[in-house]
Parts: sequence; C-alpha cells; structure tokens
Amino acid sequence: MAPTPELAIRIRGLRTGFGDQIIHDGLDLDVHRGEILGVVGGSGSGKSVLLRTIVGLNRPRAGTIEVLGHDLASRRDVVALEARWGVLFQDGALFSSLTVDENIQVPLKEHSTLGPRMLDEIAALKVAMVGLAPDACHKYPAQLSGGMRKRAGLARALALDPEILFLDEPTAGLDPIGAAAFDRLIRQLHDSLGLTVFMVTHDLDSLHTICDRIAVLADRKLEAVGPMDVMLRSEHPWIREYFHGPRGRAALAG
Amino acid sequence: MAADQGWLEIMERDGTLVVEAGGLWNLANAARLDAEIRQVPAPGTRPVHFDITKVKLLDTAGAWTLYRTARDWEAAGARVSIEGGNAEQVALLETVRANDKPFEPTVPEGFGVIRIVAHVGAAVEDIARETVALIGFFGLVVSTLLRTARHPRRLRVTSLIYHMEEVGLNALPIVALISFLIGVVLAFQGSSQLQRFGAEIFVVNLVAVSVLRELGILLTAIVIAGRSGSAFTAQIGAMKVHEEIDAMQTLGLDPIEVLVLPRLLALVITLPLLAFLADIMGLLGGGLTAWIALGIPPAAFVERLNTAVSMWSFWVGIMKAPVFAFLIAMIGCYEGFQVVGSAESVGQRTTRAVVEAIFLVIVADAFFSVFFQVIGI
Repeated sequence: MAPTPELAIRIRGLRTGFGDQIIHDGLDLDVHRGEILGVVGGSGSGKSVLLRTIVGLNRPRAGTIEVLGHDLASRRDVVALEARWGVLFQDGALFSSLTVDENIQVPLKEHSTLGPRMLDEIAALKVAMVGLAPDACHKYPAQLSGGMRKRAGLARALALDPEILFLDEPTAGLDPIGAAAFDRLIRQLHDSLGLTVFMVTHDLDSLHTICDRIAVLADRKLEAVGPMDVMLRSEHPWIREYFHGPRGRAALAG
Repeated sequence: MAADQGWLEIMERDGTLVVEAGGLWNLANAARLDAEIRQVPAPGTRPVHFDITKVKLLDTAGAWTLYRTARDWEAAGARVSIEGGNAEQVALLETVRANDKPFEPTVPEGFGVIRIVAHVGAAVEDIARETVALIGFFGLVVSTLLRTARHPRRLRVTSLIYHMEEVGLNALPIVALISFLIGVVLAFQGSSQLQRFGAEIFVVNLVAVSVLRELGILLTAIVIAGRSGSAFTAQIGAMKVHEEIDAMQTLGLDPIEVLVLPRLLALVITLPLLAFLADIMGLLGGGLTAWIALGIPPAAFVERLNTAVSMWSFWVGIMKAPVFAFLIAMIGCYEGFQVVGSAESVGQRTTRAVVEAIFLVIVADAFFSVFFQVIGI
C-alpha cells in the first residue's frame, strides 16, 4: 500500500513483547501530521514501549510501522529518519559529561557541517526557545533541576528541527506551574515549528489543554482514539474511570 | 540551481540592496549559506530588502542565518525588510527573533604558565583534601568495625559470604594462572643467568624467595585491586547515583556497616588464602620449568627448597596480605562514596580507586621490606 502522506505515523497489527510477556497485540494507530497526540493507559499498558518501538529502540515481533512514509523494518530508512524526529526521554537523558550547549551540538555536529560559531549560535537559540536562561548553556546536567533538564533535553530533541517530536511523560515530576509552562511551551513550539507531537503522558491537564487527540491503550491494543469530548462520552469502564475520576473532574473543571 | 540546494542572489535596485533567497534554507545548507551571506559586503546605511518568496523550506538554522544577517545590518544603520515568506516562515522568523538572547560563546581555556601553575595548585589542594577525607573514612570504618565486634550479630553474614565468593572464590583461576606463569618466567630468566656460573640449582632459591616473599602476594594484590577494588567503587558509586545510599540512611541503616564491612572483611579473609594459592602455583611453575629446562628433578627441587627458605619467608608474604586487603577495600569503598551525580563520575572514581590501591599496596610493600630487613627476618 502506498504511504499516505497526511500520516506522520501509521501502525498496523503491531505485536511486541519481552520473553513470554506480550505487551501489544494487533495494535493499529494513525498519527496525523501536525497534531498533538496524547497516549494514555494504565501502568504497564506499554505506552513507553510503544514509543520506544516507533523510534526503533525495540524491535516489534509483528506488524508494520511507517513513519513519514518510511517503513521502519528497513534499517536504511531508520537512519534516514533519525534526523527527522526528536525524542525527549523521561529525565532528559542528557549526556552527563557534556554541558547543555555541547549536548545540543551533538546532533548538529553529526548531521551538518556547521562551523563552531554557527553551532554556538544555534545552540543558544534552541536554549532560548525552550525557555532556559542563557547562563544554563555552560552548565552540566548534574547542575540543573529536573525541570531544567527536561527543557535542555527538549532543546536537544529540537536541535535538528525534527518533523515529529516524541515526548515520554514530559510533565512527570514537575510542579504544577512548571508543568503548565511546559505544556504551553510544547504547544507554542508545535505552532511555530509545525511539529507533530507524540506524547506519552499521565497528566490530565496536559491532555486537556494541549492534545488534539487522545489514544487510549488497554488490553494490549488501542482501545479508543479521539478528541477529549469523545473520551468523555466513552462507555469503556477504564476510560470512564480515568476521565471521570476525581482527578479527571478536577482537570476538566480547571 | 539544483533543486535541493539553498541559494541567494544579490542585486542592486534603485539604491536598495536586494537579497533574493530561494531553495532549501535548512540545516544541511546552513553552513554554506552562512558563509555566502557573510561574503556580502555590508550595505552601510542603504535600505536592504530580503525577498524570500522562492524559499521552499525554512528551518531554524536557515531562519537564524537570515535573521542574524538582517539584525547585524540593521545595527549598522541599514533599514531592513524581510518579505515574501508564507505564514509559517514568518512565524518561524518571529520565533527566532523572540529568542535571540545575548549569550557567552564558549571560551577555550587559555594557555601559559599561569594555567599550569593553577593546575598544579588545584591538584595539590585536591590531594590534601582527599588525604584528610580518606583518613576520616578510615576512622569511621575502624570505629564501625569495633562497634560490630562488640555486637557480632550486627555483622551481615550473608553479604559477607557473598562477597567472599565474589572476590575470593571467583578470583581463584586468574590468580592461579598468573602466579604459575610468573614462576615459569622467573625460573627461565634465572636459569639463563645462573647457568653461566654453573649455579643452576640456585634457581630454586631465586624462585622460592621472590615468589614467597614478594611476587606471590604482590601480584595477587594487584589483580584483586583491579578486579575487586574497582568493582567496589562501581557498585557503591552506582548506588550513590541512584540515591540508594540516602535511602539506606533514612531507613536507619548504616551504609558503612551494610556496604563497607562485608566487603572489607571478605577481602581481609580471602586475600591471604589467594596469596597462599599464588605461592603454591608460583613454586609449581618454577619447579616444572626447573625440571623441564634445567633437569632438576622435583625431589631435588623440594630438598633445595628446604634449605633455601625458612618458614618465615612464607609467613612474611602471607602476613602482608590482610594489610593489602584492608588498603584495597578501603580505597575501593571510599572512592565509591565520593561519586557524585553522573555516570562519568563513576568512571573517574573507579580509575582512581585502582590506581590509588595499587600505589598504596606497593608503598606498603616497600615499608614491609624495610621493616623485615631491620628486624632481620
């Protein structure tokens, strides 16, 4: 089947697992270009595994994954794609032996021929874009707070101007103010850079404020996908519990 | 113009400098475009018009190149306008403009005498501080050890046995092989020298004295410092990185008692046993070589051994083992506790642990030699 250009990610019949434990079985998911998709599910439902599988860190047992029209089964396509997506891991996953601007320059040096001056300028630009103070540039990850590490990780993920941004629980561990600011930042970057965002999250506020659509993982496959009001009308017991529980109501009210 | 290239053209129109840009203004082309645009002579105070209608793709690197040029020319007095971009490109240029903040470029460290002196000073200060901290750690371990001696039930026996297996039992093959080979080498080298004097039989003295008094224990200690001292640092260091040590403290567990004592005692108990094995294997290697290469039969070797060395030679070697074990375990654990924050720190501390442990073992060995010489053993 010819790849559909409107789809950033197209997953069909995905099956993954570790040992004799099956995580996903027959999972289908489409991510449209330019949308922010929030992926939710109970602990252990394989949200992070799904993210890792899409970016090629985990080999699927069956099924196809197409990202921007490239089939992930082909190693050469994965290499071509690596400069077109950015991944923010849960705690930033910055290289601890490098400063923040050196971290951002790592992908730039690898994938471009920029001189040292341009590298410094672009790194400083990205640092400013994610809302870090300029003096954070020369700090090591160990000298940063959790929220700043996430922002620095985001700056590195954005270094190559990716088309798709993968976020693994971007607001986990942040205070509510920091989390709200991070949400706004993602929305703003999404708007100005035209990003497609694939976001694994537990944060009902993020889902509510910035996600265009929400995908619910349960029972090893995609249980439902759609905007917030579809989720709220769902009859599925887990989805009802999730969005109509005390925390869900609080997020809605706010 | 090739389709996948970014390009720019400079034109003069009614006193206005027109910069026409087109193609792909992205990261892949940014280095070249940046170099090209820097070639353009500064317009001075003339008006400048950027026409980006033909730009097919603009990313942050391209937008930065355009914006920075416009900014610099504007600062020099030119009136600059950027036109022709679509809504997304305009938004991107706006984002770039909003995020242009002054920053300090990376300054490479200077060279020269002052820097060298500063490095030396920092290193000396570092050594002094580390020495004080190490002595403090030593005191802490000894006092914990004495407290545990009064309440033996506090000793973690399971952990002790586990570490004895790790550092002792599992090190048997490598220690045995290395000391056997050293025995072989000594006998070969000794025989070629001693044959000139017709004194081949003294090979036995050479092998026995050097293996029993020095090489058996020294090589064992060095292997264990590399094998177990480093492991101690890495284990404790990784726990430190993951805040496990802090968790232990909040749970009312004493990290010295739980982590250091079992490792220390395991090494103090097993290193003499390993040294004994090293002695035996060294003599075996020497004896076999003497038999094969020099024709000294095993019976003659053993007989000669009896006259060449006394029981003291053996004890001199074995007595050093617990001291070396103590040094290796202390350094290994101490460096583990010094790990801060990152994975790199674990690596640095592990390296230090091995180097310091081997250094201290050899220093201690020198002291022992002088000491035994003085008391005449």
